[in-house]
Amino acid sequence: MSDTLPLSILNNRRMDRWLAFRPDRTVRLAVGKVEIGQGVLIALSQIAAEELDVAIDRIDILSGDTAAAPDEGSTSSSQSIEMSGRSVRLVSAELRARILGRLAQRLNCAPEDLSVEDGVFLQGGAPTGHDYWNFAGAEDFAAEITGTAPPKPPGAYTVVGQPVPRRDLAAKVTGAAFIHDMVRPDLLHARILRQPSRGAKLESLNEAAIRRVAGRDIRIVRVGDFIAFVGSDETAVQRAADAAPAHAVWSGVRVLTAAQQEAAWFRDRPSDDRFIGDPGPPLETGTIVSATYSRPYVAHAALAPSCALAEYRNDHLSVWSHTQGVYPLRNSLAAILGLEREQVTVRHAQGAGCYGHNGADDAALDAAIIAMQIPGSCIRVQWRREEEFGFEPVGTAHMTRLRAALDESGRPLDWTAEVWAGSHVQRPVFGGTMLAHEALPPPPPPPRANDPTEANGGGGTRNAVPLYDFAAKRVIHHLALETPVRTSSLRGLGALPNVFALECFMDELAERAGVDPVAYRLSLLSDPRARRLIETVSDRCAWASREAVGSGRGLGLAWSRYKNKAAYACVAVELEVDRDIMLRRIWCAADAGLVINPDGARNQLEGGIIHAASMTLKEQVTLDGEGIASLDWDHYPILRFSEVPEIDTVIIPNPDQPTLGMGECTFGPTAAAIGNALYHALGVRIRDMPLTRERIAAALV
Amino acid sequence: MSIHFTVNGQAAAVDVDPATPLLDVLRNQLDLKGSRYGCGLEQCGTCMVLIDGEAAYSCAREIGSLAGHSVTTIEGLGTPSEPHPLQRAFLEEQAGQCGYCLSGIIVSAKALLDRNPSPTRAEIVDALDKHLCRCGTHTRIIKAVQKAAAMGAPA
Repeated sequence: MSDTLPLSILNNRRMDRWLAFRPDRTVRLAVGKVEIGQGVLIALSQIAAEELDVAIDRIDILSGDTAAAPDEGSTSSSQSIEMSGRSVRLVSAELRARILGRLAQRLNCAPEDLSVEDGVFLQGGAPTGHDYWNFAGAEDFAAEITGTAPPKPPGAYTVVGQPVPRRDLAAKVTGAAFIHDMVRPDLLHARILRQPSRGAKLESLNEAAIRRVAGRDIRIVRVGDFIAFVGSDETAVQRAADAAPAHAVWSGVRVLTAAQQEAAWFRDRPSDDRFIGDPGPPLETGTIVSATYSRPYVAHAALAPSCALAEYRNDHLSVWSHTQGVYPLRNSLAAILGLEREQVTVRHAQGAGCYGHNGADDAALDAAIIAMQIPGSCIRVQWRREEEFGFEPVGTAHMTRLRAALDESGRPLDWTAEVWAGSHVQRPVFGGTMLAHEALPPPPPPPRANDPTEANGGGGTRNAVPLYDFAAKRVIHHLALETPVRTSSLRGLGALPNVFALECFMDELAERAGVDPVAYRLSLLSDPRARRLIETVSDRCAWASREAVGSGRGLGLAWSRYKNKAAYACVAVELEVDRDIMLRRIWCAADAGLVINPDGARNQLEGGIIHAASMTLKEQVTLDGEGIASLDWDHYPILRFSEVPEIDTVIIPNPDQPTLGMGECTFGPTAAAIGNALYHALGVRIRDMPLTRERIAAALV
Repeated sequence: MSIHFTVNGQAAAVDVDPATPLLDVLRNQLDLKGSRYGCGLEQCGTCMVLIDGEAAYSCAREIGSLAGHSVTTIEGLGTPSEPHPLQRAFLEEQAGQCGYCLSGIIVSAKALLDRNPSPTRAEIVDALDKHLCRCGTHTRIIKAVQKAAAMGAPA
C-alpha cells in the first residue's frame, strides 16, 4: 500500500462519511463514485465485505448524494476502482481494526485472538456475544481515518476476485430502473427549445402556433434565451418542442461548414503549444519516416437521451441526475443559479451508459432553471434524441502526426508525436460551460481551452508517448483554443487516436524493416507485463500462421498500457473486406493487477472493444450550417448485433499488483488492430477514421 | 373517447388523444416504465413491445390504432421474484452493462422464441439486429438468449 492517503479519503476524513452499521444488520457503504453501467457498485461492495468480514448481501451501497455520501469528484478515467476501491479498502480495514481493538481491551485479550465471521466477533473461534451491530460505537465513526490499518493480503481474499452478480440488473430486465422512470409528487414534464448556438438571440417565438400543436394546456417558461415547455402531459410538451424550432426566429446564430468536421481543420487554427519529453529538436540523421492519422468528432451517443428531475421547495433545490459527479454538478448549479451550495442537493439516479461527459449535467441545469421558475413542482426534463446528438459535448477531433528517425535495422532512434486536437475535457470545473448557462442573462465567458495534466494522464497527449525502448521521445501538443462545437471527455480521451496512430505506425515501420509486426514490437519492448500480453494474444490468434498481405482476409494486433500507467491490453482482430469491413474474431488479453470482479472486468473489456470497433468503423459527428447534422441513428450509425464478432478474452492474473480500471484499456488497441488488419487484408493503409467503405474504395483506386 | 385494448393480459381503457404514442400511454397512463424512450424514431428498439405477439416499436405507434389489440410489455413477462426464463437467463449471464437496451431486447427475444423455440445463433442475431446496445454487451446478450432457449422458455 502507498504511504499517501487517496484523495477520496483526504477529502472525506470522518469514518461516518463512509460506513454505518444499521439495526437490520446491514452495513451502509456510502461512496462518491456512481454506477454508469460499469458495475462499480458491486465491486466496491465486495471490497467492503472482504475487509469487514461480512456477507456481501449485507452491504447496502449508497452512491452519489451530496447530502449523504462522500465527495469523490467525478466518476471518470477508469479511476473508480483505483481511487474509490482503494479508499473503501483502507476505510473498511481501519474500522474493523478499531472496533476489534476496543473489543480486545474489553475482553483483555490480544486483537489477534479475535476473528470476524459475517460480522460476528469470535475469540479463539468461540462466540463473544458481540458483533458490529451491538459493539460499534459513536466514537468509531467520529474518528478521523488514518489509513494505517493494514488491509488483508490478497491471498486471504474470499469475496474479492469472485464473479459476484450485480444487483441493479434485476430491475433493469423487469421494469422501472432508471432516472427516466422516477415519479415524484407534483410532477411536470418539460422539454427545451435549444438556443441554436452560444450568442444566438431569440427575436420572436410564435407561442400561439406552438400551443396549437401541443393540443393541451402547456406553460412556456422563458429566461433570457432559454425556453421550456412545461405541463402535466408529456406528449403535449414533446409536440411543442418538436414544433418549436419552426416557430422561432433567432439572430446571431453561428454558421458552421463541413470542412470544420475534420481533424485537419485544426492544423491552421490558433493553439496553445507545448513540448513534452526529451529536449532538443527531432533527429535529422538516419532515415526519416512520418505519417499522419486522425479521428473525427465522435458522439457519446448514450442510448437514452439525458434526463433530470429538479424541485425547488422552501428555498432548497433538490436535483436528481445521472451525472458523473454530484458534487461538481451541485457547485455549478449553485454558482449559476445564485444559490448557496448548502441550498442545493444533488442525488445520483442511474441513466444509460454515458462513456464520458454527455448531456447529463446540462439536462440537470435545464430542470433546475425551470424548477426555480415553478417552485413547489417536480420538473422532469427529458431530452429528445436530436437534442442529445445535437447538443451534448462531443469527443474532439484529433490528429496525430508521427515522425521517426530510423537506424540501419529500421528501428526508431528518435520519435516525435505531434498532436492537434480540441479540449478533451471541458467540464464546468475545467473551463467549460453548461449548455443552458449560455442562454441565461448575463451569458458566461466563452469556454476556455483546457486539457488534463500529464500527471493525470493527459488529454490530447494521452498515450502519445510510446512505451517502446526508443532512445528519444517527444510530444508536441497543439491544443486548439476554439472548437466549432462543444467538446468534452469521451472514453479514453486522446488514447484511442494516439494508440491508433502509434500502433499502426509500428506496423508500417515493421514492414519497412522487413520484420514481422509482433517480432518487431518485441524487439523494442522490455516491459515484461506488456511482452506477456502480446505473446498470449499472438498464440491465441495463431499469429505465426498469418497469411501474406492482400488476401482479403486480415489479422492485425496492437497493444497499449492505458495512460502509460494503468491497465495493459493487447487486442488482435481478424476481419474480411468485401466492400465493407466484416469483423470475424477478436482476441484480447489484459493485465489490470488485482481483479475485484472478473465477470465485471470481462464485461468492461469486451464493451470497450465493441465500442472502439464501432468508432473505428463507423462513427463521425457531421456538421453543416446549422450545427451538428448527425441527429439520429441513421446519420450516426453504430455497430449492430450482426456486425459484432465473437470475442476471446483472457485476464492475466496479477493479484499482487495494484488494481487498475479496465473500462478504457482496450479502446486504443482495438482501433489500431483493426487498422492493421485492414492493411493486412488489402495492402492499403487507411490513416483517417472511420474506416468506411468510401475510404476503402478511394484507397484501392 | 376511451380506447379499449389489452395490456399484459388485462383489459385497459385510456382516454387520450388517439394520436398519442403507445409508449407514452404505457409509461404515463398505465405506469409501465419498462418500455423505454430512446429515439421516438423506431431506430433503436428500447421501446419494443409485443402487439398481438409480434415485436413492435411503441414509440411512434398511435394508440388509436390499437383498439381491440393485445399488448405485452416487459412487465408482462416476469417480475424480479418470478422472472421469465429469458429474464433469468439474462441475470445468470449478467448480460448487461447499463441495461437500458435490455427490456426491449428481451421482448424481441420472446417473440423469436415463441415462433422458433430453438433458434440458431444467426437467427438470434437477425431477430435482435433492430436493437442497439451502446455498451457493447452483444455477445453476452446472444448467449443469454441461447441459454433461455435451452431452458425451454414458455410461451
